[in-house]
Amino acid sequence: MARTKTSDTMLDSMKMNRIRPGTNTGFNVLFIILAAAAIIPVIFVFMISISSEESIRLIGYSFVPQSLSGSAYQFLWNERATILQALFISVSVTVVGTLIGLALTTTMGYALSRPTFKLKGFYTWVVFIPMIFNGGMVASYVVNANILGLKNTIWALILPLAVSSFNIIICKTFFRSTIPDSIIESAKIDGANQLRIFGTIVLPISKPVLATIGLFLTFGYWNDWFQSSLYITDSKLVSLQALLNNMMKSLDYIANNPSAGVSLQQYRNQMPSESVRMAIAIVIVVPIACAYPFFQKYFISGLTIGAVKG
Amino acid sequence: MMGKAQKPVVNTGALRKRSKWTRDDAELALLGLPAFAWFVLFSYLPMFGLIIAFKKYQIFPRQSFLANLLQSKWVGFDNFKFFLGNNTFGMLLRNTVLYNLVFIALGIVIPVSLAMMINELYSRRKSKVYQTMMFFPHFLSWVVVSYFVYAFLNPDKGLLNNIILSMGGQKVMWYSEAKYWPFILVFMSQWKGTGYSMVVYLASITGIDNSLYEAAMLDGASKWQQAKYITLPMLKTILIVMFIMNVGKIFYSDFGLFWQVTQGVPNSLHNVASTFDTFIYSALQGSTPIGRTAAASMFQSVCCCMTILLANFIVSKIDPDSAII
Repeated sequence: MARTKTSDTMLDSMKMNRIRPGTNTGFNVLFIILAAAAIIPVIFVFMISISSEESIRLIGYSFVPQSLSGSAYQFLWNERATILQALFISVSVTVVGTLIGLALTTTMGYALSRPTFKLKGFYTWVVFIPMIFNGGMVASYVVNANILGLKNTIWALILPLAVSSFNIIICKTFFRSTIPDSIIESAKIDGANQLRIFGTIVLPISKPVLATIGLFLTFGYWNDWFQSSLYITDSKLVSLQALLNNMMKSLDYIANNPSAGVSLQQYRNQMPSESVRMAIAIVIVVPIACAYPFFQKYFISGLTIGAVKG
Repeated sequence: MMGKAQKPVVNTGALRKRSKWTRDDAELALLGLPAFAWFVLFSYLPMFGLIIAFKKYQIFPRQSFLANLLQSKWVGFDNFKFFLGNNTFGMLLRNTVLYNLVFIALGIVIPVSLAMMINELYSRRKSKVYQTMMFFPHFLSWVVVSYFVYAFLNPDKGLLNNIILSMGGQKVMWYSEAKYWPFILVFMSQWKGTGYSMVVYLASITGIDNSLYEAAMLDGASKWQQAKYITLPMLKTILIVMFIMNVGKIFYSDFGLFWQVTQGVPNSLHNVASTFDTFIYSALQGSTPIGRTAAASMFQSVCCCMTILLANFIVSKIDPDSAII
């Protein structure tokens, strides 16, 4: 980007400062290998998911199966009640969690960004201390499960992940550095209260940071299986990740809808068990793989904002 | 400036602290209140919940959890003594800290080198494509990654054994042979994290003023010298911040990596893949008294707190601007 704006002489000097063509080729080869290593496992798992059971039995998992089969996906379709329920939980936890998280993070970030706010010092400590010390896994579990009564509720998947001190600090730094005090002062003079200033002035010009935090939260919720494994035993509240996690131990977990004339046991025996596992992994990965290239830049900008000392 | 003319009280520093609580403050306090409540419930209440580590938790009939907790007997540091005297403690400490040291070292050396290399590529477009592809594993959960690993390591059908067999070798029972796992775990952690870290460091590198490099080049500095005397020093601050953040987590482990990739730390891998987190998690799922588990978890938190303060203290002595507190 900057390169197009530089003058010709600078372009020349930059060309002179390049690495040798041979080195460039070498680097390219290295990065092609690394990039392939990052992607190939997905392709491999996808190929397994469309391999026929027979091919898996004969030649094992392979990039080139002997015969292809859609039976894994057909099986998932047959069990769509379970899959769609899990998908519904995953999507609603992600959407609701991201909205709640954004609301809590930005309001606190805004309050902390106002230099004249009298509770600023107090709130800053409240946000800062958990970065250094926390109760740990067990104390959190005990409190969430026994005192707050979150066990086997959807809130156990949402609330504990909604806020992080790190996100609040990113937000605060962004508001502090990009929103001129004069805008807020003049709105105040016009009689607007802080809530209104926040909603109608601050939020609309803070889209980059909203996108960053929103994406941190979205991927965090979509990928979470840990909360489920601690708090959820009710099969209605199992998310896709938790479903995948449970299936590593037992595939029976998902096989519940035998077609007419087949007993449950027969149905389970006939299930294309190897490819079904991989098919669910693919169902989880595909939305991520399609979405992340568009959002990648926000992750980086978020981290660089966060690294600036607030 | 306008505000200063009309509202001198608000903007005069000396008076600010003594000035009265205004409506503005009330509104801002209200805005921060939901997050404040969240912190009280999900961060500070667990800190209070730590008293369970000093109790022998008992269940009294028809009492709430809180009443049970308060009525349970105080046992002082007994739970901690049990954990520290446990013969697995040394192994857990060794695994957690050693893995983290390796991760910290590799997590700096590999991504920084790669970032410097990718920054030199002629083609911006290729560079972007590589970055996007290498970033991908960061967005996957460890559960999904564990399936990827399973596809390669499954003893009967996995790709690695297929290759070994076709070359005339012996099948390896990957999930029960401890000796391979330190390597596998380190490899997987780098596989998942390298692309992300590389892109982060690259963002810092592209932010370095180009004229520095031009001046160096005119003075005849080679690429190596430019990297050593310009790029690395310019990355110092972000490297230190990352270092403090990682050292502060040295008693924590990436639970998903150790638990999911090993398929729940089977007994055969216990010695090489157990960390504080996997130990606490399985104790929490099992029948260990909750007080003892809480003591293990609290030990971890306290150690982390001390290491992060220590790391920050040392950094503040060397380079005050880079310290985070």
